[in-house]
Amino acid sequence: MENEKNIKSRRDFFRKSVPLAISAIGGVGLVAESCQAADQEEEKVPVLSQDGQLVYVDKSAMTNVPVTGQEARQGIPGKKFVMIIDLARCRNARKCVSKCQEMHGLPSEDEWIKVFLMQDSDDTAPYWFPKPCFHCNQPPCVKVCPVGATYKRTDGIVLVDNERCIGCKFCMTACPYSSRVFQWNEVEVSHEMAHAHYSPETSVPSKVGTVGKCDFCPDMARQGKLPDCVTGCPNGAIYFGDKNEDIVSNGTESQRFSQLVHDRAGYHFMAELGTEPNVYYLPPVDRLFDYERGFNNLTDEQKEFYRNSIVKKH
Amino acid sequence: MELDSKSTRALHFFAPQMEKISKAGIINIVIMLLFILGGVYALVVQIVKGHVVTGMRDNVVWGIYIANFIFFIGISYAGALISGILHLLRVEWRTPIIRIAEIITVVSTLIGPSYILLCMGRLDRLHYLALYGRIQSPIIWDVLAISTYLIGSIIFLYLATIRDLAALRDYPFKQKWRNKVYRFLAVNFNGNSEQNRFLDRSLDIMSAIIIPLAVLVHSVLAWIFGMTLRPGWHSTIFAPYFVVAAVFSGTGVLIIAMWIFRRYFHLETYITKIHFNYLGIILMILGALYAYFTFSEYLTSWYGSETWEMEVLFKLFDQDEYWWWFFFAAFVGVLLPIIVILIPRFRSINSITAVSVIAVLALWVKRYLIIIPTLETPLLPLQDLRPEYIHYQPTLVEWLLTFAGIAMFCFLFYLFAKFIPIVPVVKVKEGRNYADLRKMVQNRIIKRKIKELKLKEAQKMQNT
Repeated sequence: MENEKNIKSRRDFFRKSVPLAISAIGGVGLVAESCQAADQEEEKVPVLSQDGQLVYVDKSAMTNVPVTGQEARQGIPGKKFVMIIDLARCRNARKCVSKCQEMHGLPSEDEWIKVFLMQDSDDTAPYWFPKPCFHCNQPPCVKVCPVGATYKRTDGIVLVDNERCIGCKFCMTACPYSSRVFQWNEVEVSHEMAHAHYSPETSVPSKVGTVGKCDFCPDMARQGKLPDCVTGCPNGAIYFGDKNEDIVSNGTESQRFSQLVHDRAGYHFMAELGTEPNVYYLPPVDRLFDYERGFNNLTDEQKEFYRNSIVKKH
Repeated sequence: MELDSKSTRALHFFAPQMEKISKAGIINIVIMLLFILGGVYALVVQIVKGHVVTGMRDNVVWGIYIANFIFFIGISYAGALISGILHLLRVEWRTPIIRIAEIITVVSTLIGPSYILLCMGRLDRLHYLALYGRIQSPIIWDVLAISTYLIGSIIFLYLATIRDLAALRDYPFKQKWRNKVYRFLAVNFNGNSEQNRFLDRSLDIMSAIIIPLAVLVHSVLAWIFGMTLRPGWHSTIFAPYFVVAAVFSGTGVLIIAMWIFRRYFHLETYITKIHFNYLGIILMILGALYAYFTFSEYLTSWYGSETWEMEVLFKLFDQDEYWWWFFFAAFVGVLLPIIVILIPRFRSINSITAVSVIAVLALWVKRYLIIIPTLETPLLPLQDLRPEYIHYQPTLVEWLLTFAGIAMFCFLFYLFAKFIPIVPVVKVKEGRNYADLRKMVQNRIIKRKIKELKLKEAQKMQNT
């Protein structure tokens, strides 16, 4: 009963919120590619000019200055970001990994989204398992942080403020999903990145001696764009969107979040830990690719390594 | 201050020793300073090059630094046990070893937390703990508990030393600065009955405070691990388990310190076989308790055989991984002390000290085995091509800082021994308080009875 009610109210919400999303007043057209009408006028932004005049400028003409301070701790109003990863579509192309590294200026070893090779039991087939930060609703990492450097926002995102982090690494031991990466030494990045204005929303430039992790790219969401791991995936395995609007998109198609999760039997990875992740998985059924194809991108050494380290559990 | 003949003799035995440094002492100091210098070098390397010079990586984010931290906080229990429990129980034989125990507590509580600092990626932001501290975080509990414990231990050591400081103030030292410092520290103590009463009461209160505080410190420490969702850590018995392990190691270190001081400071008349025997028996009982906890912990996780728990257990029992360390830490280091102390024929000063050394080493290894195998077993498979991300290997920097910590412990201990007598000089007869109290109560009862009698007589007079 209650479930049905939920669905119903969610549908109501969907009906009410979609027009809002399309007109995109103030809010961010998240699924910009699919929803924005072609003839729609470009959004104007009020700006105070040097001589004190209020002028309206095309939004695309503005350079993006990332949100910082209290605003970066609040979250984008009215949003509830979710991700759905379709395991049936992943063939370990590792584009999500490399795009993410490119975007955040990470060295090639540091992966904020990792692709694991999993096998649940001897009798079942192995599958590739991309894993970003789950942005849990009950985040164990946030609970243990002694200085509030990692925090949960109203839009569901868990961020790390690298200017606050003291590097105690307690969050790394608390996270059961190994989502966090420590900056062990200074990393060489491009000049532009090194001098970028730091924001917890962009996580650029990274700071030595602090903890980093997948941030769900809220800076991209503010610009109405999808995270790079989503758009980078050649198979559209990763959907990203807003649970309140009930829309998720993988860059080429958008779906209703609720429908996708219902129809494809979406699940939480290790739900028994009680962390309530905001990342859902669709089971690897009717797969597009044989898992063996995932080895194509790997060196011989890597292949050997992965074959030996399949851990049968979960 | 007036001293009895026994105390005077003790004062004249210790005070000259404190002023001079023997040749062996100089050699020891040089060795300790060399180790400390090695640690300073390692620290500079770590600060300049970053944490990449340690063996810690993304999976094993805490290495031997944290093992050292737990170890040092553990041995600080020597003071909590001897000064706290034995003080409240008025155990007579504790007096000669009370000072050693309290110094162990203060020095190890000073050194232990510095290992947490070594583990922090951004030491420059240490003050954020005060600026942005969140009470929800067990790390903040730890900071509060340890700092309170440290202050409490220092107060306790100071209170228990005031009588000696007063005696030293009146001793004609060659080094005149000593008299000045002692005069300042002795705060006009002259041993009159009122001062003695206040001091005794403060000591009673402090020892009553220090026991729950000590239990709390190690429980909080255990909860840092117990509250995470990790195999081998997420256990409800972790807090009492840590507390028992801590008292066990504290007693062990106390026995070792007693042996060293007895030997090199010629305290044979003060620290006798009785002390070793009694502490040995305490060690044995704690060892048995610790063994029980260990057995219970591993039996339940093995019988339940959850996949994650089993992965850690297999590592502990795997000969290519941790078996021999585990064998030493959980079997040799616990059973050997129990057996040797249990059988009276094996019991001697040297044998009790030897098994204490083994127990203390085993407990350090146990701390290593609590931290590293669990961190090497994340819930998701360890699919990483970098071997250092899979297996933790302490680097030279970490070892240098570990040995520097031990050297620092010995060095500070040595400084303390040169500044205050290692055995309390001024003897106070215990139980005198009780006698006073009894007299007081009796006097009151007598007075009341007299009053009643007088009243009755007065009534009689009125009636007639």
